[in-house]
Parts: sequence; C-alpha cells; structure tokens
Amino acid sequence: MLNYFYHHLLSFAIWLPVVAGVVVLASANENKANTTRWIALLGGLLSFLVTIPLYTQFNFADGGLQFQEGFSWIPAFNINYHLGADGLAVPLILLTSFTTLIVIIAAWEVIEKRVAQYMACFLIMSGLMIGVFSALDAILYYVFWEAMLIPMFLVIGIWGGPNRVYATVKFFLYTLLGSLLMLVAFIYLYLNTGSFEIADFYRFPMPLQVQILVFLAFFVAFAVKIPMWPVHTWLPDAHVEAPTGGSVVLAAIALKLGGYSFLRFAMPIAPDAAHHLTPYMISLSLIAIVYIALVALVQKDMKKLIAYSSISHMGFVTLGFFLFNNIGLEGAIVQMLSHGFISAAMFLCVGVLYDRVHSRQIEAYGGVANTMPAFAAFAVFFAMANTGLPGTSGFVGEFMVILGAIQINFWYAFLAAFTLIFGAAYTLWMVKRVFYGAVANDQVAALSDLNKREFFILATLAVLVLALGVYPQAVTDMTNATVNELLTHFAQSKLPTSLPAGL
Amino acid sequence: MTMQQIYLAIPILPLLAAAVVGLFSKFLPRAAAHALTILGVALSFALSLYVLNHAMHSAPYNETVYSWLKTGNLSFEIGFLIDNLSAMMMVVVTFVSLMVHIYTVGYMAEDPGYARFFSYISLFTFAMLMLVMSNNFMQLFFGWEAVGLVSYLLIGFWYTRPTAIYANLKAFLVNRVGDFGFLLGIGLVLMHFGSLDYASVFSLAPQMADVQINLIGSSAWSLLTVTCILLFIGAMGKSAQVPLHVWLPDSMEGPTPISALIHAATMVTAGIFMVARMSPLFEFSSTALSFIIVIGSITALFMGFLGIIQNDIKRVVAYSTLSQLGYMTVALGASAYSVAIFHLMTHAFFKALLFLGAGAVIMGMHHDQDIRNMGNLKKYMPVTWITSLIGSLALIGTPFFAGFYSKDSIIEAVHASTIPGSGFAYFAVLAGVFVTAFYSFRMYFLVFHGAEKWRITHHDAEHDAHHDDHDHHHGLAPTDDPHEPGWVIKLPLILLAIPSVWIGYVAIEPMLYGDFFNGVIVVDHAAHPAMQAMTHHWHSTMHNAAGMAIHGLLSVPFALAASGVLLAWFFYTQRPDIPASIQSKLSWLNHALENKYGFDAFNDKVFAAGSRLLGHKLWQIGDVTIIDGALVNGTANLIGKAAAVVRKLQTGLIYHYAFAMIIGVFLMLTFFTKV
Repeated sequence: MLNYFYHHLLSFAIWLPVVAGVVVLASANENKANTTRWIALLGGLLSFLVTIPLYTQFNFADGGLQFQEGFSWIPAFNINYHLGADGLAVPLILLTSFTTLIVIIAAWEVIEKRVAQYMACFLIMSGLMIGVFSALDAILYYVFWEAMLIPMFLVIGIWGGPNRVYATVKFFLYTLLGSLLMLVAFIYLYLNTGSFEIADFYRFPMPLQVQILVFLAFFVAFAVKIPMWPVHTWLPDAHVEAPTGGSVVLAAIALKLGGYSFLRFAMPIAPDAAHHLTPYMISLSLIAIVYIALVALVQKDMKKLIAYSSISHMGFVTLGFFLFNNIGLEGAIVQMLSHGFISAAMFLCVGVLYDRVHSRQIEAYGGVANTMPAFAAFAVFFAMANTGLPGTSGFVGEFMVILGAIQINFWYAFLAAFTLIFGAAYTLWMVKRVFYGAVANDQVAALSDLNKREFFILATLAVLVLALGVYPQAVTDMTNATVNELLTHFAQSKLPTSLPAGL
Repeated sequence: MTMQQIYLAIPILPLLAAAVVGLFSKFLPRAAAHALTILGVALSFALSLYVLNHAMHSAPYNETVYSWLKTGNLSFEIGFLIDNLSAMMMVVVTFVSLMVHIYTVGYMAEDPGYARFFSYISLFTFAMLMLVMSNNFMQLFFGWEAVGLVSYLLIGFWYTRPTAIYANLKAFLVNRVGDFGFLLGIGLVLMHFGSLDYASVFSLAPQMADVQINLIGSSAWSLLTVTCILLFIGAMGKSAQVPLHVWLPDSMEGPTPISALIHAATMVTAGIFMVARMSPLFEFSSTALSFIIVIGSITALFMGFLGIIQNDIKRVVAYSTLSQLGYMTVALGASAYSVAIFHLMTHAFFKALLFLGAGAVIMGMHHDQDIRNMGNLKKYMPVTWITSLIGSLALIGTPFFAGFYSKDSIIEAVHASTIPGSGFAYFAVLAGVFVTAFYSFRMYFLVFHGAEKWRITHHDAEHDAHHDDHDHHHGLAPTDDPHEPGWVIKLPLILLAIPSVWIGYVAIEPMLYGDFFNGVIVVDHAAHPAMQAMTHHWHSTMHNAAGMAIHGLLSVPFALAASGVLLAWFFYTQRPDIPASIQSKLSWLNHALENKYGFDAFNDKVFAAGSRLLGHKLWQIGDVTIIDGALVNGTANLIGKAAAVVRKLQTGLIYHYAFAMIIGVFLMLTFFTKV
C-alpha cells in the first residue's frame, strides 16, 4: 500500500483534493456548516501532507522529470495520462497545496453562505492546478488548464463583489482567446509528431517561422495568465471582485501557471523563436515592471494596488526567463514562489480589514495601527517584503534577476532596478495612509485586533517569507539541476537544417 | 568559545534580545524590555572589545558562516571579515548603542511604546553589526537595507504624527534612490569579477583597472569608474550627501535617542565605512574620487550654512551632522580613507554626545525644542552643560579634543591632495570650520548662557519648532525651573564625553600613521599622494599627538574656529540685534536658507507629483482608455454583435461556456477513439 502510494505521489496530490472536494459537496448541509468546515480542513490538510513526500523523496541531483507515472488514456490519439515533476514543478505543487490549506482556514467563519461549495471549489481547484503543474501530456495538461477555470469562475461569480459579471466576462474573454490558440498549437504539433507527449514535442524540429507561430500561440495563452503587459487588465478587475480566498489563489498560484507553462512549453518547444523574440519579451517585462509600478502608485483601492503590484512583480519572472542565464532563470523561479507567499499574505491582510469594515478603499482607513497593533506589525512586515527588503523572500528573486539582467545589458538592470524606488513608494505610501496617522474615523476606532485564526495564518506566512529570505538555498538546491537542464535545452537549436547540438 | 562563536554571538545577542522583547512585549514587564536588550548589547560590546584586541594582534579572519544561495557557478554566502576596520566599527557601534540603550531608560520612561522602542534599537544594532562585519557585498546590502528599515520604523515611531510618517516615508524612498545605484554597482561587480566576496574582488581589482565597458552606444567607460560611482550613489543616500541629503533633517521627527544612534553616530556613517572598505576599488578611479570630493565638499559647506538659521535644537545638530558627513566624504575623495574612518569614530562619540545632550535639554525644557526659548541652562543643568560644551569644543576642532585631530587631518589631507576638485574642497572645508564654530556656539550660547528666555517669550512666541513628544504638554511654564534628568541620562553623557576628549589624542598615531589599517585600506601613493605627504609631515614636524595640537594652536583652522566662536559670542550674548538686522537685510539669503535651497520643494513638485501624474496618465490613458476601452471592450462588443444571432442558445453564464468546451473536447475524443 505504502509502496503504491510512493509510486503514485502525483496522482495522489491531484486526486486527493478533488475527492475531498466531492466529499465536502456531498456532506453539504447549511445547518451544520461547522462540520463541513472541519471536513474541508481535514481534506486540505491531507492534500497538503501527501505533497510533502515530493520534497523528501526528491532527487536533488536530477534535473529531469521525477515521480513519473502514467497509462494510456485514449490510445487512438496517443493521449496518455502521464505525470511527472521536476525542480520547477515540485515547489509550485507544494505552494499550491499549502495555499489551499491557508485559504480554507482563512475562510473559516468569514464565508457564511454555501460553505460546502466554497470549500469544495478551492479543494478541486487545488487538485486541478497540481494537474497543470505535473501533466506531461499536452491534452491532459489542457484539460486541467481549462477545468481549473470553472471553480475559479464559480468563486468569483458566486462569492464575488457587485461588479463580478464584468470581471468574469473580461477574465473569460482574455483566457478563451489564449487557450484556443494554445489548442491550435497542440494540434499542429500532434499532426506532425503523432503524439501529445511533451517530450515528443521537444524533439520535433521546426523552421524559425513555424517556431515563431507556435511560440506566439503559446505566448498569448501564458501571457494572459501571468499576466504580462498589455494583456493584464483582467487581473485588477478579477481581484477586486473576487472574495479573499479567490484573490489569494489567483495571485499565489494561478499566475504561476502561466510562468510555469512558459518554461514547460513555449520556450523548450520553440527555443529558436524564444531567442529570436527575446528583445520583445524583455521589453514587455520591463514595461510591466516600470509602467505598472507607476500605475500601482495612484490606485485608491487596496486590492487593485496589490493586483498591479503583482503584475509588476511578475514582470521580474518573465524578465528572468528571457535572460537565459542561471541566476536570472533561477531568480525568476524563486520570485514566483516568493510572490506566492507575499501576495497571498497581502490579500489576506486586505481581507482582514474588509471583513471588519467592508471597504477596500484606502481613504476609508487611517491609523489602523492604533487599534490593531499586531495586525499592523504583520502588514508592515509583508509590505517590506513586497518592497524587496533583504532578509525576506521578496529580495531574493528581484536581486537575482537584476544581477542576471545586468550581465545581458546594463540598461535592462537599470530599468528593472526602478522597482526599488517605485515598489517602495506604492507599498509604503499605502501603509502610511492605512495604518499610520491618527485614528481616522469611528469604524477604525472600533476595530478589534487579529483573532487567533488570523494571527496563525499571517504568522505562518511571515515565517515562510523570512525563511526563504534568510536561507533561499533550501529552494534553489531543488531548482539548481532543473535550471541547468532547462538552459541546456533552450540553448539547443531546433532548426531542421542545423546539426544536432549537444551530443 | 572559539573566535567564530564569538563573532556569531556579537550580532546574534542583540537580535535575540530584539526578538524576545518585540514578540513578547505584552507578557513581559517594562523592566524586562530594557534589562534584556541592555544585557544583549552590553555583552556584544564586551565581546567587541575582546575582538578588537584580538584583531590587532592577529591576521584578519575571513570565513563563511553559511552558504546563502548557489546558482550556476555563482555562490552567495553569509560570512564575516574581521580585521581592524570592522573590529573598530564593532566597538564604536556597540558602545554608542549601549549608551543609547541606557539613556533611553530615562528618555522614553513615560512612552507607551517603551518595549517596542528597545526592540527596534536592538534590532538596529544587529543590522549595523551585520553590515560592518560582512565579508561580501550581498550581506553588506542586507545590513544596508536592514538599518534603513529600522531607521524607517524609528523615524515613524510616533506614528500618529503626520510629520513623522511623512519623514519616515521620505527617508526610506530617498535611501532607495541611493540603493538603486548601489545595487547596480553590486551587479557590475558580480558580472565582471564573478564573485561578491570582498577578498576575491579586491584581489582582481588591479587587473580590472583598464577594463572598458560600453554603456551608451560605443562610447567606452572605465568599468571601475562606473562601478565606484554607482556604489558611491548608495553611500550618498545612506550618508546623506547632496542631493540625497534631504531625508536627514526630517528624520529628527524620531525620538532623540535614535537621532543620536542612527542619524548621527552609526547608520549615516555606513556610506563612509563602505567606501573605505572598498578602497582597493576606488583607488583605481581618480574620476570617481573627484566626484566624491566635490559632492563631499558641497555637503560640508552648504549644509553647514543651513545650521546657522535653525532654531530647533535637534535640527542644528542634524545639519551639523550633514556637514561633518561631508567632511568624511571629502577625506575619502582625497584617498585619506583612514582619516575618514578616524573622523567617523571621533564624530560618533562627540555627535552622539551632542544629540543626547540636546535630548537632556529637551527634557529639561519640557519638550520645547526652540532654542530661542532657552538660555542660562548652565545654572540648572550643570552636567548637561559641561558635557555639551565638551561635545561642541570637540566638534569645532579645539586642539587636544578628539574632533581636532580628525578634522585637522582632513583639512591637511585635502590640502595635500592633487585630485581634481581638491582646490574647491580645501576652500570648502576651511570655510566650513568657521561655519561649524559659528552655528555650534550660536546654539551653545543661546541654550546655556544669556537670559532665561522661557520666562518671558514663551507664551506669545510664535514657534514653529517641533516637539519631541506629543503626549507631553510642551514647554516650560515661565515660573518653572528646568531640571537636570536622572543618572540614566547623565551617565551616558559622561561616558561619551570621555572619548570625545581623549580618543583623538591616543588614536591618531596608530590609525593614521601606524600600521592599524595595514592590509585593510589600500592607497595608491603614486596616483594619490596625500597620505604620503601627511605621513612625511607628521614625522618631520608634528612628531606626536601633542605636537600636532601645539601646531594646531597656531594654524589657520584654529583661527577660523576661534573667530567663529567669538562672533557667535558677540552676536548672541552681546548684540542680539545684529543677527536680527542681518537677517532682515539679507532676506533673500535667509529665504533661500529657510527653504533649504529649494531641494524639498523641487523633489515634491517634480519627482513625487511627477510620478503620481505619470502613473495616473498611464493608468487612465494606457489601461482604461486604450487597452480596456478600445481593445478589450471593443472585442467584446464585436463578439456581442456577431453573437446576437445565436444568442437564444446561450445561457449567459460563463462557466456553462467553459464547461461546454471541456465536454466538447471529451466528446470529440471519445467519438474519434471508436473510429
């Protein structure tokens, strides 16, 4: 039995939360909401625990795909249920199962209507997202990719704010366009290779023009997800309308689906196109970092501000990808994880305030530190992490990407480094207006400080942010070999005329 | 204990104390807050003394504590480099910190944030120690930013005051502008040297002297010049050099103990320390050194002028700090790194003393900080009076006092320097001596001598000075006498007064002309002969510290300082009508000085408002109008029109569409499978 478990770690990681979600749905009873909560918590906890062996059993020296398992699913089309994870996927899988657990705890007494449905959505979504991170078959991947949108739409559509319809339509339009092009690319590759195996896609040589088309088809899908400028405008709207848990998952994990997919599909399948289009990709990333940071500065809604901050921080991820050096690429991966923790924490902080005052507007607050000192301490800590303070995880990724960028072109690093100033400006200006100053109004005066549940969640995240900042090697030990592997792969030309390289 | 354990214990002890006091302040009695943190920093101080003694008699220690990150063939480590420079800095930092801890027991006694304050200053001590003990650029940057964080928290300590939370945001952002350059400098170092470890970088520096890089088009720039200027931009932020000085005067919004510790004695000198540490790099770029000497002399002179017109006791000392930081920077530019560090050390003692003295005065005056309301305090606060006098005499460079040795050495070094810009710098530092003496003794006479002005002017005076604690009703009633605070306040004053007198006399010979900094500070004597000329002068004319002081009595700087004191005495005790009439006759000058040359207004209007305007335009025009308005909603409308025909088939629920899509895929697949 244990042996079976160890041979199917990824399947357990995917399906256990899905099954847990179904159980929660089946147990739905509006009168016994607490029972539902406990079942959901148990499910979330088990789902998190089964992902831990992915770390403990991980072979750190191996940069390839581990924990592979599979069987033939639809033989006529050579579609396989094929899973595997490497040093890129495993940290993201752990992030997913951990964040889901946090979301369940964060929702505890906050969500009062349709508790079972809410919890189930997140559990199922967690499984599906882990599926995205571990699928090695394009169709399997595509199914997970599309399916995870359904619970996300539900979360925003049912528990969302007043303008949720506009937000979901926008989200849907953006995503639909991207997904369809990606499907076209998959079908093109299938028609040429006779397989949906990603590994077969990697081996298939293509002339540059074709590679560019394939790359762009992927690019649209992934750029929307990350999101890159200029296809980012769905994110602030989605965040504003989403309930706290939705925002947390959206920021912490959903955005990383795009980043991960760049490295799993777009860049290795079309490496020559990736190199060819690098100047454009870097330009978009730098625009995201600088332009979006300026936009974040003038936001009046806390969630919008953090959403723009997310886009700006994800600019470092895409910038790191297209530097094609170790420090840049590894920095981008660290940045994805770090952003997972920090953005989750910041959205949870907004949630803490929203639950009490029911406003996300900065001007509705002022002097919160007077009435919620413990909460203010956490908020300032996470704000500092968001500004990339050394010693927190926010520093590591930015530092690595900037150091990687300067090796390619001084001016890339120059522009990217503006985040030091603008990131601090928008984050700390918000902190100043919300937390500092005299008590602004009666609602602030009536605030009560964190309860034990909120304290526990924020403290857990704070410890992680600090740990990753003080000892990032815990993560990079895992990613080192994979990053080498990826870079070797990106460096091999796949133009049909060229000699096979790297022999 | 092994040496490594001792090195580890020195920063960790204050960190532990800060963590315990910070996290459990609710459960601990007030006494535990100061007892724990004082114990931590006192142990650190004792161990630092031991380490200094050890370092002076053994080879530098340079070891990794743990590996922070490895990627590709690059590795980043946390480690310590303990040589005479870092050991001396550790002693200065922990000593001043210990004094400030003790002083705080009295100064913050009634503050509700008592434990929080102790936690912050201990955390600061940790961060500053990590900065000076680092053996690599990465950890240096960690310490650099961490002290900035604590500075932010402490300037905004009284977070309900609008001025405090404006000042702390400003301080953080201006420092980030410096860090922007600093980080790019670090990036260039890593790129070209392949490591961030001091030892490997410094050993490669000679080979890099002629390396050129292209930044704009094909114009070639010297790598080391670009790198050093970028690194120095970081120092300009942290050590408040023009034009990044604007945050330091405002930082006086923080409680006085931290003005002494952070904004006078230690953190603001981090930039000076950094450049001295990097002397093996800076020595290869005369261009960078010229840049440094010009920036430093502008700061030294022009910030001194601003000290003359301040009426807030803390701001006078703050502008004096700016000016003295300028002096240190000038010394760096003249390649007299050891002199800069020497002045850093003496300044740490006498400036901490002056700030803590100012704090005692503020307490005596019941939190009135306006020196125009004071006078004759020598009668009521004798210890504060004598120690402040000692501090002021040290500051203006009175022979035999600590500041004399360091400041005169700077002037001599600039005089001997041949670097472009040193001519202007020499003028600036000489003129600065007069200015320093004038504003220091203007304050001294207004505060400690003359009429007891709070008895007459207090209630009708329109005062714009800032008040140190909002919880106190401010100002002394006309019938009250000021009182000297208790021993926790007086003891640090006395303990700081001792080195303010004596440290220069004993330290000048080993630090400047002995082998204290051998192998630590590197000077290319052929290109930058200032230090060599000074050494020659020392051995041929001065012979020893006493000889230097005797020579000093007949020197130009001493004449300038004496005339500054005399003028201040004449103006502010004999003929107060003269400065008033000068002020009204030269109103344009007064206006320029009161507006601090317009830096603040310029930054507010151009950078702050400009960024907000740009952000607003990018958002409204870029995101809302073009991307959302034209592209997204345009597409939506188009689809909407096209879909009007088939609208009846559709439910309008998004997830139905998505679900249908998935089902469709499955059906397709299943259908084809059977074929």
